[in-house]
Amino acid sequence: MTTQTLDAGQPLVRRRPLRLTWRGGLQGSEYAWAIAFTLPYIGLFLAFVAYPVAFGAWLGHEPSLYAELAEDPIYQRTIVNTILYVGIAVNLKMFGALLLSGFFMRPGWWVKALLLVFVLPWAMPALPAFISIHWMLNGQWGLLNNFLWNVFGFDGPGWLDTSRWLALGWVILSHIWKWMPFWTVILLAGRMAIPQDLYEAAEVDGATGLTRFTHVTFPLLANLYLVCTLLSTIFTLGDFNSVYFVSGGGPALSTHVLATLGIRDAFEVARPDLGVAAVLSSLPLMIPLVLILMRKLRTTEVTL
Amino acid sequence: MSLASPRLLRPAGTVWPLLARPHRLRRRLGTVLALAVGVVLLIWSLLPTYNMLLIALDAEGDTEYSGIVWPADPTLDSFRVVMAGDYWYLEHFWHKFANSLLIALATMVLTVLIGSLASFALGRMRLARGWLLGNFPVVTYAVPASFLVIPFYRVMREYGLSDSLWAVVAADVTFATPYAILILQQYARLVPFELDEAAQIDGASPLVVYRSIYLPLMAPALVAVGTFALLFAWNEYLYQYLLLTSDRNMTVAVAIAQFFDADEAPWNHMMAAAIVYALPPVAIFLALRRWTAAGFSLGGIRA
Repeated sequence: MTTQTLDAGQPLVRRRPLRLTWRGGLQGSEYAWAIAFTLPYIGLFLAFVAYPVAFGAWLGHEPSLYAELAEDPIYQRTIVNTILYVGIAVNLKMFGALLLSGFFMRPGWWVKALLLVFVLPWAMPALPAFISIHWMLNGQWGLLNNFLWNVFGFDGPGWLDTSRWLALGWVILSHIWKWMPFWTVILLAGRMAIPQDLYEAAEVDGATGLTRFTHVTFPLLANLYLVCTLLSTIFTLGDFNSVYFVSGGGPALSTHVLATLGIRDAFEVARPDLGVAAVLSSLPLMIPLVLILMRKLRTTEVTL
Repeated sequence: MSLASPRLLRPAGTVWPLLARPHRLRRRLGTVLALAVGVVLLIWSLLPTYNMLLIALDAEGDTEYSGIVWPADPTLDSFRVVMAGDYWYLEHFWHKFANSLLIALATMVLTVLIGSLASFALGRMRLARGWLLGNFPVVTYAVPASFLVIPFYRVMREYGLSDSLWAVVAADVTFATPYAILILQQYARLVPFELDEAAQIDGASPLVVYRSIYLPLMAPALVAVGTFALLFAWNEYLYQYLLLTSDRNMTVAVAIAQFFDADEAPWNHMMAAAIVYALPPVAIFLALRRWTAAGFSLGGIRA
């Protein structure tokens, strides 16, 4: 503590050069404290992230597993579904969130009240919401078909159990319903952080409407939008609930995505090695995503 | 720098009334359009919830929707069945409820504790290799929970935590803590360093600085992070489903999902249970939205 007292005379102790040792600028007892403070998290990470990941990698290291997967028609369909699901759901959701965040910037009490209703799908647990959607789309008793029959006299199809593409479409829509509010709120916060004088300056220069968006809002939001899209891609890739509860992977196992197929293989078929291999086959997509994300998060200080 | 823009010099509507009118018309059109968007959003957001309520209030559990917006003779009987645990899947409903609550509360406490300790060390103590530790949360973000669960299940057996509520708590804390650390670190920048330094000069140990300066000043962010962890653990389904096998350790979410697999399940009971399950998180979310909003505005940009 004596050095601290001496340093106190100096203007700011904060910016002293860091020594490249594990201790950094920490004195003996402080270093012990730092270890004590970080130890719970390091322990958590090693026990529940690092070890299971390593164990999973070991489970799925056999090349023959991947050959087995590649020949499986269910797996081939799953890959196509995953690409479509992630590609379409993420982009529609993020673009919708970008537009809606602009909508919720409007003044007025009813816009604020509407925002509260709009975030309801996000506040609600996924399970009841998706179960409700599943039942709503039931061909015989569902709300949608009853509505179509009573109002338009039109007998709707079984939305989830007749066609693969129809079912996948509803899964995507359900995912967007659940998760667009979250990203809208994030982008709304991003828009609110843009200083108002920038808009005033732009208005003086004659920017209105679309030019205001393309020349002020979007350049400032672009980075946040990119980080959100990357994060959302990872989250969507791991989204189990939408597919599991809305389509259940049906009809005839045709709408599985990697997250649900991995769990089916591991727990229903009781082949954990095959399940791990299935989810590990997303690594070629995951690794570049994560690398870009880590760079972006470090350089731009965007936090969710 | 066109300061002489006509809009600034001559307020619209006074000098050129004829030119101003299309402007006003466009604004009114904008309002009408916004209202239309609002109505669509309202229906879009509420439809599944409405459907849930419609089925829960129906006596038979099948909505014979006949153009009317409200069921002909609504009944609260399904809710009574849920409360009394009167149906096979809903037996000991309150016990299951307590299990869910225990998992959520334990996750909240542990996440706030571990997250605040780690964020204090990372942001407040000058650890030279802090960035290495700072990447742990991002790495965890990159591992989807639904992918990790396969090895996680086996690892829990090795740890002797199979069919244990603590296994679920461990999983939930694992996935909630990275978010907590990132949010807390961001918020901690608003707490002036000079306070820490002043306390240190007075001889305060890091533990004292953490307890009497860091924690009190970080209260809003801690509430946000705690709420997030609570809701996350309450809403989570997959780990509860896979890690808890005995009836005694079953949670509400798993009980509801059981209906889903059964063929002849009474859907009105299921929807009533689903509403009872969804109400607490929605209520907490709305009640604490100011704090969670504080957490999210932190998610703003500083590019």
